[in-house]
Amino acid sequence: MSDPIGSGVTQGQAGRNLPPLRLHVPEPPARPGESADFTHFDIPAADAAPRPDETTQPGDMRDLAYGLVRVLDEDGAAVGAWNPKLPPETLLRMLRTMALTRAFDARMFRAQRQGKTSFYMKSTGEEAVSIGAALALARDDMCFPSYRQQGILLARDWPLVDMMNQIYSNTGDRLKGRQLPIMYSAREAGFFSISGNLTTQYPQAVGWAMASAARGDTRIAATWCGEGSTAEGDFHSACTFASVYRAPVIMNVVNNQWAISSFSGFAGAEATTFAARAVGYGIAGLRVDGNDILAVYAATRWAADRARANGGPTLIEHFTYRVEGHSTSDDPTAYRSAEESSLWPLGDPIARLKQHCIALGIWDEDRHAAMDKELAELVRDAAREAEKNGILGHGLHHPMESLFEDVFEEMPWHLKEQQQQMLDEWKAAGL
Amino acid sequence: MTDIQHMNMIQAINSAMDVMMERDPTVVVMGEDVGFFGGVFRATAGLQAKYGKNRVFDTPITECGIIGVAVGMGAYGLRPVPEIQFADYIYPALDQLVSEAARLRYRSAGEFIAPMTVRSPFGGGIFGGQTHSQSPEGIFTHCSGIKTVIPSTPYDAKGLLIAAIEDNDPTIFFEPKRIYNGPFDGHYDTPAKSWAGHADAQVPTGYYRIPLGKARIAREGQALTILCYGTMVHVVENTVAAHGVDAEIVDLRSLVPLDIDTIEASVRKTGRCLIVHEATRTSGFGAELLAQVQERCFYHLEAPIERVTGFDTPYPHSLEWAYFPGPVRIREAINKIMKD
Ligand SMILES: Cc1ncc(C[n+]2csc(CCOP(=O)(O)OP(=O)(O)O)c2C)c(N)n1
Ligand SMILES: [Mg+2]
Repeated sequence: MSDPIGSGVTQGQAGRNLPPLRLHVPEPPARPGESADFTHFDIPAADAAPRPDETTQPGDMRDLAYGLVRVLDEDGAAVGAWNPKLPPETLLRMLRTMALTRAFDARMFRAQRQGKTSFYMKSTGEEAVSIGAALALARDDMCFPSYRQQGILLARDWPLVDMMNQIYSNTGDRLKGRQLPIMYSAREAGFFSISGNLTTQYPQAVGWAMASAARGDTRIAATWCGEGSTAEGDFHSACTFASVYRAPVIMNVVNNQWAISSFSGFAGAEATTFAARAVGYGIAGLRVDGNDILAVYAATRWAADRARANGGPTLIEHFTYRVEGHSTSDDPTAYRSAEESSLWPLGDPIARLKQHCIALGIWDEDRHAAMDKELAELVRDAAREAEKNGILGHGLHHPMESLFEDVFEEMPWHLKEQQQQMLDEWKAAGL
Repeated sequence: MTDIQHMNMIQAINSAMDVMMERDPTVVVMGEDVGFFGGVFRATAGLQAKYGKNRVFDTPITECGIIGVAVGMGAYGLRPVPEIQFADYIYPALDQLVSEAARLRYRSAGEFIAPMTVRSPFGGGIFGGQTHSQSPEGIFTHCSGIKTVIPSTPYDAKGLLIAAIEDNDPTIFFEPKRIYNGPFDGHYDTPAKSWAGHADAQVPTGYYRIPLGKARIAREGQALTILCYGTMVHVVENTVAAHGVDAEIVDLRSLVPLDIDTIEASVRKTGRCLIVHEATRTSGFGAELLAQVQERCFYHLEAPIERVTGFDTPYPHSLEWAYFPGPVRIREAINKIMKD
């Protein structure tokens, strides 16, 4: 009898004459040096997905968890039942906010490379996911984001300088230099403190939504995590609570195909869609073209209206692609085909909305180029302003004693002692 | 006859897994990004290509799942070496570690065991903020049934990791990431050093083991005993050299089981004891060490035992070096102990 382990580990009974079991370990379609292949993606026509009423029972709309909600077609026309029919000023605001996010990312990535801070994460290619959703929510709906939804803050007109102060961990940092760059917190923007620990925000968003419902409020919650993060237990706890209490919450899964070096197959994508996680929990599930901001907007509006009508939670999978590395610490050429991002079949969210606006006659290439230039300057000026408050590791930071503040509301004796010890130490070191 | 090669700590850890996978077909390596990519710190680089995907594989991002699956594989008869990408992300796995792996032998009266070695980079000094810097060893030393091992050199990392993998009990193997690529003397404002030229970076390419529960005297001395482990061994060595005090530096290497004989002998000889760790102070492993030394060496002590630790705050970002128990904090403590 064969002994695949060959180690004396007891194997199953010999003589039963059964075929040997095999372990399936997923493998992405393309690795470095190989050509990217997206032919296995089934991309339905832009007008294919039906739009059910917001009060539809989850069991009556299961197909939407396996299809793809789209609005913008290949020619940049807005088509189908999900077309939100937005006025020109909203379309141009979407375009500008996405371009601003990209410019911001470019500038801050460079700042990290120049040694001005320790870390940065871009959202390139995924701008529509956060911005489309933020613009479809009410300003006072509460967001529980992951680290890749900086677009929410920009869509809510949060000051660039404030975000940069956090990235530089400087004297202007509202978080007092305590958090890794981009782990923002902005209560006034309805933006919950970002955690470095994946998916913890999911049940928290459900709890916020349950509280809002229990208090007879009208505000809803929304949360985001990556497709890789859906494997964490917290994701599943959140779905169970959301389902049981019909919490007014929108749970977004940003399926950008990669989780650092692991492709979506390691989160279960070979077997089903992420939107289909909703089916088992009895939650409404939508699978959306995440590079089509009109589709993201329309799906979020649908889910928000449903939640506000006490129809309960919606799980939305945003099908997109992580164009850049995971973070400044990552080099994606080591594990994926370099061709992938350029061959991504759902295109680029900015290019697609731009094409749509041009087709509508409300935009043109010259205006777009002028906007990009203006935004680059805006971001550059903001960075200069923020750098006046200091950059990481160059002396300008919150006062030393602030290290011990906010551990508790009131500082216990042992922290007071340690605070004094630290101040004495820095004096002893001549600093 | 085994060859000797220069290795940094990552290469030594990689070599330990390589040697063990070669020797023992039940050893499997698993974790987030460890397969094709070879881990975010490259510690498992090349292993999947060499041993195949049945034995080296990426996992879904669920630490609780990773450890739970490792318990099941251990129950089958495999010897899993799961990686938790950062020690800061081990908390979702606590139930599987503390309630399951750590107690399986006991509650089944030896019918089932959990012979896993959980590797995880830990500790700060890299501007990683509060979720890439923590030192949670005290959580594990506090729970019965789990061993905790922390190397401080490439040579020790390999020998200890081999011993941990061979050990039939669950072991947490915390890798001080600040010294992966070179020893760190605590002076963050000087250029980073590599392991080049360091005697303990001369590592046999083949099999050898360093038994768990055996400390290493990193420096012999008469004036006081300093107990430390991981990154802090190097910070202490450097501080002692600059200070000039004739300290005996004991690198514990394994916290559970603890080499109490070496500790006792050293403190009885010197009559003074300083304990240094990077982890937070309250209920840190230093408290246990202090109690042990007090219980066993009280009548030999000439000064109160001191602890140098991280402060009882979350790990900060911009004020990392105010938090870190560096040369000044250690020097002040030495002076305090020596003055009596
Ligand atoms: C609990 C926990 N485990 C592991 C990590 C390390 N980690 C950070 S991001 C990441 C990948 C997440 O991928 P995905 O959820 O797809 O989000 P994306 O980065 O693609 O936006 C991993 C493994 C972490 N931050 N927290
Ligand atoms: Mg992802």
